[in-house]
Amino acid sequence: MSETTVPGAPRAASVARRVAAQGTFEMRAVLRNGEQVMVTVLLPLILLVGLARATFVSLDTSGTTRIDLVTPGVLAFALMSSAFTSPAISTAFDRRYGVLRLLATTPLGPGGLLAGKLVGVLAVQVVQVVVLGGAGLWLGWRPDAAGIPAAIAAWLLGTAAWGAAALLAAGRVRAEAVIALANLVLVLLAFGGVVLPASVLPGGLEHVAGWLPSGALGEALRAALLHGTWAAGPLVALVAWAAALSAAAARWFRWSAA
Amino acid sequence: MRHSPAVEVNGLVKRYGASVAVDGLDLVAASGQVTAVLGPNGAGKTTTVEICEGLRRADGGEVRVLGHDPVRDATALRPLVGVMLQDGGLPNTQRAGDVLRHVSRMYAEPADTGELTERLGLASFARTSVRRLSGGQRQRLALAVALVGRPRLVFLDEPSAGLDPQARRAVWDLIGELSDDGVSVVLTTHFMAEAEALADRVVIVDHGRAIAAGTVAELVDSGGTTTLRVEAAQPLDAAAMALALGPGFTVQSAGRTACSVSGPVDPGAVAALARGLADAGKQLTRLELGRRTLEDVFLDLTGRSLR
Repeated sequence: MSETTVPGAPRAASVARRVAAQGTFEMRAVLRNGEQVMVTVLLPLILLVGLARATFVSLDTSGTTRIDLVTPGVLAFALMSSAFTSPAISTAFDRRYGVLRLLATTPLGPGGLLAGKLVGVLAVQVVQVVVLGGAGLWLGWRPDAAGIPAAIAAWLLGTAAWGAAALLAAGRVRAEAVIALANLVLVLLAFGGVVLPASVLPGGLEHVAGWLPSGALGEALRAALLHGTWAAGPLVALVAWAAALSAAAARWFRWSAA
Repeated sequence: MRHSPAVEVNGLVKRYGASVAVDGLDLVAASGQVTAVLGPNGAGKTTTVEICEGLRRADGGEVRVLGHDPVRDATALRPLVGVMLQDGGLPNTQRAGDVLRHVSRMYAEPADTGELTERLGLASFARTSVRRLSGGQRQRLALAVALVGRPRLVFLDEPSAGLDPQARRAVWDLIGELSDDGVSVVLTTHFMAEAEALADRVVIVDHGRAIAAGTVAELVDSGGTTTLRVEAAQPLDAAAMALALGPGFTVQSAGRTACSVSGPVDPGAVAALARGLADAGKQLTRLELGRRTLEDVFLDLTGRSLR
């Protein structure tokens, strides 16, 4: 009688297979889309080469080489673009076209969908780290190996904070507006202590920028990869942002457009 | 042993702010049958189906899907239930074939995507991105996505909206085969022809309530009424004809020289109508006696005014 015990009833694939399938799907969607490849890989690459080689842009490197100073910042910028800009835009359109709702009715479910999106973001980020890190090394970047665990911690915390911000935007704002918002935030914040230290900013802004999730990610990565140290302040700031933005996304995210 | 129903809805209520979308709706969809939920736009069909799919939460009433609560037992239900949303739910930037294969990966033993592709004629656009598909191609892809997990129960929200006659025929054939295979189907539609062609049972919904339910034959025969279509050489007066026929009949004008009559049309009624017209000096040019169609039942129940 009970339908749950009917022999041969359709079964879901395992959680791991579902999430991996969704992650692959999301990653391929980014890497096959010209604009997304531009924002997540090419633009950071141009920034990296430009800032490293264009000596007409004078930088206060405080005794380090230009490439050592610039590479962690460009990595932070790239990680933001993949954790925030690209999922915010794609999720906003998925929400509008009912993709989130349809996938939520498959065995993937809403939880698996979010997990798959996270896996997709991390997969794109691995590509970014390989491409940008490789280009940096080729240009003479010599990161402090002792700082790698701290750098990975900053990467993951920054991704949590920016990923939650992406869901918050995608879950509340109209898709076209998300395109504008996500790109604007990226560009504004890129120069607010991400690519370059906040200390290059004018007076008051310097102190604010360091506490934003963008500036904190940049400072934490620079501390890790330049000096091999754990930057307590920025890392704590990232934890706080990740917690606050996740709570906000959980509270306000909407699955449907209507 | 009698099968428990695939879907059982009792006294369902759903409000959006101040407006009541579903207002005490009852619905039973038998296991292994095709149940059509028929109603005008805004009747509450989609909301009801989306609550059954676990996409919306009810404000009141009880819903059982394959014996489960659609929200609490969502994890158990998802592999068993296939869904075709009214707005498609297909990712725009992806290729049609990739979308179908992707959803198939969510199931342990999915249907053969090649077979579904052929059955629904998807091959010609499998490499086209969803954005570039026509409305009918999108519908067929959405149907394939709903079926790829070999579901026990499928919810199809307006499955043939936007389809040309050939594609509609293919979709109808496939839905018929599903029920032959013992799959329960719940579809919403406002096409009478679709309900008549496919449904074992029809539930007519209006203003958030089920106002009639039964097989097509039961609904059409209810009250023993039939229809009579009258055309004359001269203008017809519906009110005068109703007077000639007596109580129990409704006469609707269908243009200047045509009327349709519904009621207990027996030989006496036909004679009375013909006599009334003769007395008024009107020449009958056409007299057609027919059973009521589902459309007549639907319009009688939901009213003929546009909304």
